[in-house]
Amino acid sequence: MKPPPFAYVAPDTVEGVVGALVDAGEDAKILAGGQSLLPLLALRLGRPSVLVDMGRVPGLDTVRLDGDALVLGALTTHARLGRDPEVAGPMPLLAEVAPLVAHAAVRNRGTLGGSLAHNDPAAEWPAVALLLGASVTAVGPAGSRTIAAGDLFESYLTTALAPDEVLTEVRVPGVPPRTGDAFDEVSRRHGDFALVGAGARVTLDAAGVVVAAAVVFIGVDGTAVLDEQPGLDLAGRAPTPEALDEVARAAADRLDPHDDLHATAAYRRRLAATLACRTLVTAAGRAAGEARP
Amino acid sequence: MSAPDPAYELDVELSVNGEARRARVEARRSLAELLRDDLGLTGTHLGCEHGVCGSCTVLLDGEPVRSCLTLAVQATGRAVTTVEGLAVGDDLHPVQQGCLECHSFQCGFCTPGVLVTAAALLDEVPDPDEATIREALSGNLCRCTGYESIVEGVLRAAELRREA
Repeated sequence: MKPPPFAYVAPDTVEGVVGALVDAGEDAKILAGGQSLLPLLALRLGRPSVLVDMGRVPGLDTVRLDGDALVLGALTTHARLGRDPEVAGPMPLLAEVAPLVAHAAVRNRGTLGGSLAHNDPAAEWPAVALLLGASVTAVGPAGSRTIAAGDLFESYLTTALAPDEVLTEVRVPGVPPRTGDAFDEVSRRHGDFALVGAGARVTLDAAGVVVAAAVVFIGVDGTAVLDEQPGLDLAGRAPTPEALDEVARAAADRLDPHDDLHATAAYRRRLAATLACRTLVTAAGRAAGEARP
Repeated sequence: MSAPDPAYELDVELSVNGEARRARVEARRSLAELLRDDLGLTGTHLGCEHGVCGSCTVLLDGEPVRSCLTLAVQATGRAVTTVEGLAVGDDLHPVQQGCLECHSFQCGFCTPGVLVTAAALLDEVPDPDEATIREALSGNLCRCTGYESIVEGVLRAAELRREA
């Protein structure tokens, strides 16, 4: 057995999960799908005293509409996000991004809530949550609170969740009219973590002029980076390829990516500009009524 | 409270290839280790043991999962299918027969994971094209074949299923 020893408990209520976290103290970790946590344990990069498995809590994998918002249980798997028409209908970007997450066998176990709480800098869901203005429900000993995605992701593998809080639900607000979105990434092999990924969202007015735009990047910093400056730069302009290319390059120039074994910082910045431009063009086209493939 | 105290050792009860099985395991024991070491089902192979290679893929309630990234205790109450569960007596499963006919394997280490993944694919998509097969098997590393013969084997399996 590769992981260090730990104790395990699988409560069947959210209150039970929180109680087990409180009892176990700060060294406890929540187990959702385990597709990020178990590799970390196998490599002995973590040494939790107790794993609190939330997988036995019924109802945490439900998908429902609340008005025009899509509410996703934390245990909704990547696989389901990719294939459930109740997800793809109201929020097609989620279904488009799901196949980019790892491989099928990992997508069958890995969860949306787990990915957001883990906050890997190259993971897709934190970026998508930022781009779509999502929020999460966190339940702790004092009750539940709502955390906007913009306040959730703090730094490398770190979120605003307290050690005794469990993320139970993700709420994605309805898509405004004349709004398009897109996401794309480059990885060394399909299914690997992305070297760099980018997403974009564009809203047009009835005359086809930009009223809002944002881009988001992964793989370029300790956590996903949302940049809303493109909305200011493009406001009142038509989304021409030249205008979108200009704001994409400017957004990439504001990044401060790192060198590593797989790519230099300069290459990452070029990828960021290319992917931001590509996704802005796609998002603007969709905002103007282009159908998704 | 709704849960007992955290424990280092727990009882696991699950269905494996249609048979009820039970074992007492350490909490940190993976499903792969439960299958291989406690239940003697060594058809499931362990390669990287951290979710990269796909050798340990088994079906959990019919869906391919990494048995090295699933704790044995997480499989309690669920149904597991391993490569040993594909054939019915001496009758090979279509993916086994198809891959046999197409010489899909050389060293055979990745084989169990490939076979169960392909079996699940054909249950969902009975007539997959080559791209669909490659996508479905993209999480299963093979260091021998270059994948061509594996894809041919799965295409042949789809044919066999149609003929059956």
